[in-house]
Amino acid sequence: MTTSAVLMALARRAAILLASVLVASVVIFLFMTVIPGDPAQVALGVNATPELLARTRHEFGLDRPLISQYLDWVGGVFSGDFGTSYVTREPIGPQLVDRLGVTVWLVGTGMLVALAMAIPLGTLAAVRHRKPSGAAISGFAQLGIAVPAFLAGMLLVQLFAVRLGWLPSGGWTPPNQDAGAFLRGLVLPALSLGLVQGAVLTRYVRTSVLDTLGQDYLRTARSKGLRPYQALFRHGLRNAALPVITVLGLQLATLLIGAVVVERVFVLPGLGSMLLDSVASRDLLAVQGIVLVLVVGVLLVNFVVDLLYTVLDPRLRGS
Amino acid sequence: MRRKARCAAVLALLAVLSSCSAGSTATVSQDESTLSVGFTAEPENFDFTSTDGAAIPQALLYNVYESLVKVDARGRIKPLLAKSWTVSRDRTVYDFQLRPDATFSNGAKFTARDVKFSIERAKTDWTISLKSKMDVVDRVEVLGPTHARVVLSRPSNSWLFDMASRVGAMFSRTGVADLANKPVGTGPYVVADRRRGDSIVLPENPNYWGRKPAYRTVVLKYIADPTALNNALLSNEIDVISQITAPDSVPQFEADNRFRVIQGTTSGEVVLAYNNAKPPLDDVRVRRALTMAIDRKALLDTAWAGRGELIGSMVPPTDPWFEDLSGAYPHDPARAKRLLASAGKQNMSLRLRIANLPYAMSAAQVIESELSEIGVRVTIEPLDFPAVWLKEVFTDHDYDMSIVQHVEARDIVTFGDPDFYWGYHNPRVARLLEQADSGPPSRQAGTMRRVARQITADAAANWLFLFPNVIAAKTKVTGLVPNQVSESFDLTGVKPAR
Repeated sequence: MTTSAVLMALARRAAILLASVLVASVVIFLFMTVIPGDPAQVALGVNATPELLARTRHEFGLDRPLISQYLDWVGGVFSGDFGTSYVTREPIGPQLVDRLGVTVWLVGTGMLVALAMAIPLGTLAAVRHRKPSGAAISGFAQLGIAVPAFLAGMLLVQLFAVRLGWLPSGGWTPPNQDAGAFLRGLVLPALSLGLVQGAVLTRYVRTSVLDTLGQDYLRTARSKGLRPYQALFRHGLRNAALPVITVLGLQLATLLIGAVVVERVFVLPGLGSMLLDSVASRDLLAVQGIVLVLVVGVLLVNFVVDLLYTVLDPRLRGS
Repeated sequence: MRRKARCAAVLALLAVLSSCSAGSTATVSQDESTLSVGFTAEPENFDFTSTDGAAIPQALLYNVYESLVKVDARGRIKPLLAKSWTVSRDRTVYDFQLRPDATFSNGAKFTARDVKFSIERAKTDWTISLKSKMDVVDRVEVLGPTHARVVLSRPSNSWLFDMASRVGAMFSRTGVADLANKPVGTGPYVVADRRRGDSIVLPENPNYWGRKPAYRTVVLKYIADPTALNNALLSNEIDVISQITAPDSVPQFEADNRFRVIQGTTSGEVVLAYNNAKPPLDDVRVRRALTMAIDRKALLDTAWAGRGELIGSMVPPTDPWFEDLSGAYPHDPARAKRLLASAGKQNMSLRLRIANLPYAMSAAQVIESELSEIGVRVTIEPLDFPAVWLKEVFTDHDYDMSIVQHVEARDIVTFGDPDFYWGYHNPRVARLLEQADSGPPSRQAGTMRRVARQITADAAANWLFLFPNVIAAKTKVTGLVPNQVSESFDLTGVKPAR
């Protein structure tokens, strides 16, 4: 396959990505228009007179035709301007970047926890699938799947923050301000988000490794004198990774959603808490911006997963 | 080989755990000069002239912004930026002597010209509906740097009280360019740093004219989830919970000698609103029957763990005209049933469209079951608060019954407005309210009591209970105001225990 063919393929995928973002922006915008509740009324509170309401709606630009509201918004977004919030009266873009930073840390470390737990445990469970320890791991994973992240969070807080006082129960310190406090604050949220996803992932890793273990090439490797783990590490893991990567992409989306709730439990000023606050105060421009960022995030993850396939599996490059 | 790896893993785990325990001391700064107070509702911005809601004045009034007068914990009007004042015989001219030494945090001196500027600005530039409290002002005159005269178009007993609320806040003529983000006031604290979704930092104002606050820095922490807020106090991340919103969690603080629980009153009446303008609730017999059918004591126990007060009308105990009317409609389902029968309304179905807030949700269920006993079918419809509730119930009056907490001070006056969502129209009440405001001050309390009795007699609404003000604080923090009379979470008297 030539370089230009690779570039062509990349460009095609990027075009699909862009088109998806555009479609998403239309859908998001239309959703906002049907949500009941008037941003101007929420800002003005009780007893607002009709004249004031009209004036404020005009100020917010809510009295213009929908199509021009949409074009303004999308045009702004593509030039990096998400508009000015109805509620905070500040530009939304910088707030989004700020909040996104928190959520990326949370989701990133949550994913690390999940991987750090799922890969060894899943592999172990597969290799020992006929032994009690393997069954125990599977059972534990089953239990983990049943526990929602927010419940795990509340239990962890009760134990480690309230009873033992080892870790803060919530709050956020930016890493550049105090790295120690930042890490301590991240432990419990990352665990509560990661453990549950880790349990889910453990089962996929187990199945995938089990599949690989039954393949002919592994038997060949064994017959050349490699020990079971050696054979698996040298020849099996790369193959076992493919299905796991697919699930990982899907799970990142789940983690983003889970982060919304976990941010509430741990008082983290991330995109999730911003989303909840903005919905409550009908800060529709901000809601639009946040949802768009989340959608783009999920699309990008899928894009990267697609690319990873071709890196991991040379066979896919030819097709 | 394997054993070695296991040992290493155990050691690594221990290392991680020990590094965690180092965190136990680093939660709130142990510095005695910093106070950290937790709230549930975060100010969206700092501009209460254009954004309604309780969160902004709670943080800023008396702490960052000051008014000419303030309301103390017992509801009395006290001097603040005005040292003293006199009122003319016809009660339309107020002469204020101002403090000569007050300055704004932008360095400008506070003078009578700022008084004129602030009051006139409320009439012209403010957008929230509270601005109407200044409608009664005819003009403001500057008689000298420290002498301001306010002339009212008619006598008003409530105007000075309103001047102690956010509409009376004093702004600098050179400090209103970016109210949403850079508030400029004369108060003991200034706004230094805000981390949205997290906290606001208020360091002391080094040039404050009055007594220096005991805490040099106050951190206002915003924690929306009630459980997370409780955990923050339990795990030493904050010093005070400004108001506990999960009443079931109060006993854990009462039982713990590290904390003190302070319970006072608010001006927040939790009201079961009746749509007085629409059948079948336009019939006073029906409203009375419904009021009798509900056991408010039992409701308070169920909905809010028995914390709060039964009031029976739209007046909190901190208002001078309070009178306990909670016994006006004793719980009597049999009599309620007979009353409904005599009104010919035996098979009613009512829509109870409530704010989707914890107190309203639990109260609604009690009401549904109690009214079913007198043969009234109730459908509960929770509406997203504030957005949807404001639109459908408050503005469009599309409801039979509703539950929401009315937090504004002295909001009994809403019963004089036939367009208010109560749909209540009794000309006598409107006339009495007018008399109470413009008549001699000595008669105000008596007239207001007659208003309260009248709306209770008309069963214009069902006052379920008065929302409690439950503060939990570390025992080392004193000076917290138990009764929430003003709109401010007043930090000026808070100090460490000696």
